Amino acid sequence: MRKALSLVVLLVLALGLASALRGPSIGAEANRGELLDDQKVNFGRRYNSRAVEETGASNVVASVLVTYRGLDTLGEVTVLFVAALGLAVLLHTGRDRKSGKEAEAPSLIVFTGCRFVFPLILLFGAYIFVHGHLTPGGGFQGGAVVASGFLLIYLGCRGRQPDRQRLNAVESLSGVAFVVIGLIGLAVGGSFLLNFLPKGSPYALLSAGIIPVVYVFIGFKVGCELGGIVADLSGARR
Amino acid sequence: MSFLADYVHYIGCFALVLIGLYIVLVKTNLVKVIIGINLIDTGVNLFLVSVGYIRMGTAPIFSEDGAAGKQMVDPVPQALVLTAIVIGVSVVALGLSVAIRLYEHYGTLDLRKIRELKW
Repeated sequence: MRKALSLVVLLVLALGLASALRGPSIGAEANRGELLDDQKVNFGRRYNSRAVEETGASNVVASVLVTYRGLDTLGEVTVLFVAALGLAVLLHTGRDRKSGKEAEAPSLIVFTGCRFVFPLILLFGAYIFVHGHLTPGGGFQGGAVVASGFLLIYLGCRGRQPDRQRLNAVESLSGVAFVVIGLIGLAVGGSFLLNFLPKGSPYALLSAGIIPVVYVFIGFKVGCELGGIVADLSGARR
Repeated sequence: MSFLADYVHYIGCFALVLIGLYIVLVKTNLVKVIIGINLIDTGVNLFLVSVGYIRMGTAPIFSEDGAAGKQMVDPVPQALVLTAIVIGVSVVALGLSVAIRLYEHYGTLDLRKIRELKW
């Protein structure tokens, strides 16, 4: 009954979506041939043609994320922070933590292997978020790599867990630093998250003004935040 | 056949959304429902990226040697999807923590036992 009814619903939805595809074509592919005139603003093509000279970053996605739509990114970081907060509240309040069974100590090979690989994972994550304005990647991706390093520690080296308070301190300070950079832009040039640092020469590591700085802070914040989420879900004690 | 070739990315992401919706509607295990929600999320992200796709276009990243002459895909949907992925991760993490608390309270993840659902 339930399966049949859901299949009917899905069939109707699928027919609707298929008929939508039959109509006039959509997306960037449809109007690739059109010339760009002043009446019709196409943001994607405008960013692609002007972003390098305007922001100095060769990765257009990074310059869209940090400068053109920096406020969105601040909101995104806030959503992640609120989710981590809600998760900690759900998992740590009103709950008698007996922690009856202690996890077994890992074998020497696993322990040593994790300790050997962990700094390399952190280095790779740092590489990704430092080069966010030049290559594919950025603060969020690098932060996710850093958090996978924390996941390895929680899985393989129980008993040697990172200090939660230090993680939380790094996360809060980098969040504050992001807002402070935005406020400095407001004070210097009159708009929030203004790119107030010199743009430098394109394709150099130290270029693109505030984009690498913001990405480093986002990388620290996301890494520590996702590491905290992993710790909470894996049942680590605070 | 050319319809399939032209719209294969749209068909794929709609299929992902429909599979996820089917899981949400039919499955009774809470963890499977969360996986279904995550599948819907993935399908929507794929749809947004494929809206900005240009056939044979390159990634919107400039380099010194330059891919001159090649058209670049639209960077705006990619930046938006980056945001959406992070928010999807937060949603899944929150859902899993709610599932953990429900399991501790009811001793089961079966939605029919958690609430007296008829079907």
